[in-house]
Amino acid sequence: MSVDIATIKRVATLSRIHVEPAALPGLAREINAILGWIEQLSEVDTTGVEPMAGGGATALRWRDDVVSDGGQAEAILANAPDREGEYFGVPKVVE
Amino acid sequence: MRPTDLSLAQARLALDARQISARELTQAYLDAIAALNPRLNAYITVTAEAALTAADAADQKLAAGHGGPLEGIPLGIKDLFCTAGTRTTAASRILGDFTPPYESTITRQLLRDGAVFLGKLNLDEFAMGSSNATSAFGPVENPWSRRNDPDTRLVPGGSSGGSAAAVAARIALGATATDTGGSIRQPAAFCGVAGIKPTYGRCSRFGVVAFASSLDQAGPIARDVMDCAVLLRSMSGFDPQDSTSVEMVVPDFAAAVGRGVRGMRIGIPREYRMAGMPAEIEALWQQGIAWLRDAGASIVDVSLPHTKYALPTYYIVAPAEASSNLARYDGVRFGARVAGSDLTELYEKTRAAGFGAEVKRRIMIGTYVLSAGYYDAYYLKAQQVRALIKRDFDLAWQQCDALLTPATPSAAFGLDEKQDDPVAMYLNDIFTVTANLAGLPGMAVPAGLDGQGLPLGLQIIGRPFDEEGVFAVAGAVERAAGFSARPGVIA
Repeated sequence: MSVDIATIKRVATLSRIHVEPAALPGLAREINAILGWIEQLSEVDTTGVEPMAGGGATALRWRDDVVSDGGQAEAILANAPDREGEYFGVPKVVE
Repeated sequence: MRPTDLSLAQARLALDARQISARELTQAYLDAIAALNPRLNAYITVTAEAALTAADAADQKLAAGHGGPLEGIPLGIKDLFCTAGTRTTAASRILGDFTPPYESTITRQLLRDGAVFLGKLNLDEFAMGSSNATSAFGPVENPWSRRNDPDTRLVPGGSSGGSAAAVAARIALGATATDTGGSIRQPAAFCGVAGIKPTYGRCSRFGVVAFASSLDQAGPIARDVMDCAVLLRSMSGFDPQDSTSVEMVVPDFAAAVGRGVRGMRIGIPREYRMAGMPAEIEALWQQGIAWLRDAGASIVDVSLPHTKYALPTYYIVAPAEASSNLARYDGVRFGARVAGSDLTELYEKTRAAGFGAEVKRRIMIGTYVLSAGYYDAYYLKAQQVRALIKRDFDLAWQQCDALLTPATPSAAFGLDEKQDDPVAMYLNDIFTVTANLAGLPGMAVPAGLDGQGLPLGLQIIGRPFDEEGVFAVAGAVERAAGFSARPGVIA
């Protein structure tokens, strides 16, 4: 599977990363080299193999569905690039 | 003897006996940092004043006779661990001046036990790299250099390059590190120091900047095997704030270091004998086998047939998880922001300016392999091969108690080498990445020098939650190797 410029452009949009048009061919070349190398996985027979998700052997733990923390607006907003009162500031979203 | 000559274990004894004060020890390290860090660039941030204040507090506790297990021990912290009130960068521009309002569980436990933090250590951006060259704060220099070519500056490995270089140059007595595909073991091997990635779930990931959550695991880098055992005990333990943290008793790892390997079965995986592997690496491996046999272990030939697929599997799983984890850097809630005419443009410009080339590449690969139409062919396939890799190990444990392998396929390379070819760079982790995919403990121990006088390491891989077995084998390798060489740049 070779990735063309249009696909790279679409992936950049999905990734929310602006890529200058001039940089697209180089990026496509790099990503194709990596994907070409990854392609060797297709030779492994994985029929009926249960996919492994997560890194641990044990099942995830359950906890009580209760509030354990909160009321820390100042601490949370302390690193915000822009704020208005107790809210994060962003460019106008709704016209 | 200078204060920086003491190992961590020796320093604890000297501090307890009041032969040295925590302030003297910390000051010696701060002086060494001032002298060597401008060249090595191992620290991104030095917290000298806070370190001396903490050292004074440690001295009071030591004088009162109730010091903790790490009371007064000066450590460096990889700048991937959130430290309350101290800027945390992940070596990325995108975090800007982010100053965490909270402490990671691991650093909180180290502080609980009395450790003194010297500062935050350099790394590859978001821990993505094997040479520390992707840091937004510049590369770290390896304190070692080639005997016949002393002017070529070498990489310390990565991603925990700052941690390994600082311990090797003695500008930290020990360091925290993290390992997603080899980021503790490869730099430890390149810098002639010891490092262990424990079993997935042994150390809490809470407050550690996430890269690939099913692979990330923290651990220590230190001067020797015993120092790693002491640090790992403080770093380990159940944490309800990490859903993958395992509720298990933390053993006394230090007690296992001198246990010996008599009666242990050591597996030698035949697929780790790679075509084109340098003869010196092969010779060191054979030497390691002989050392363990002489120490009373039996040597078993084992097979891990899916080894060659581990790196391609990793380069689907890790970018996929990274693309999801790094979605949080949006220029809205914390970190740097580049203005845009609307919200989408703000996101796209912020992320374009904030992330470096390797991080962007991995986010885009991850986005691609998770996107509609490709998910099954790439991501699902990789998860299935990952299951086969884990099964290889499960079968090997029927024949042996631990595995011995080389730590890296080469010694440290030059700062300008391998940087243009991502796949060549990825191959650095060929011996280490399997332990991450299978969630197993792995440790690198310095075992010898190559013809250029550069350190080479051996790796021990253990069963899940058998770090004690790993420490026992690592201790035996360390005693047999008697590695005493020192880098050219050292405090």
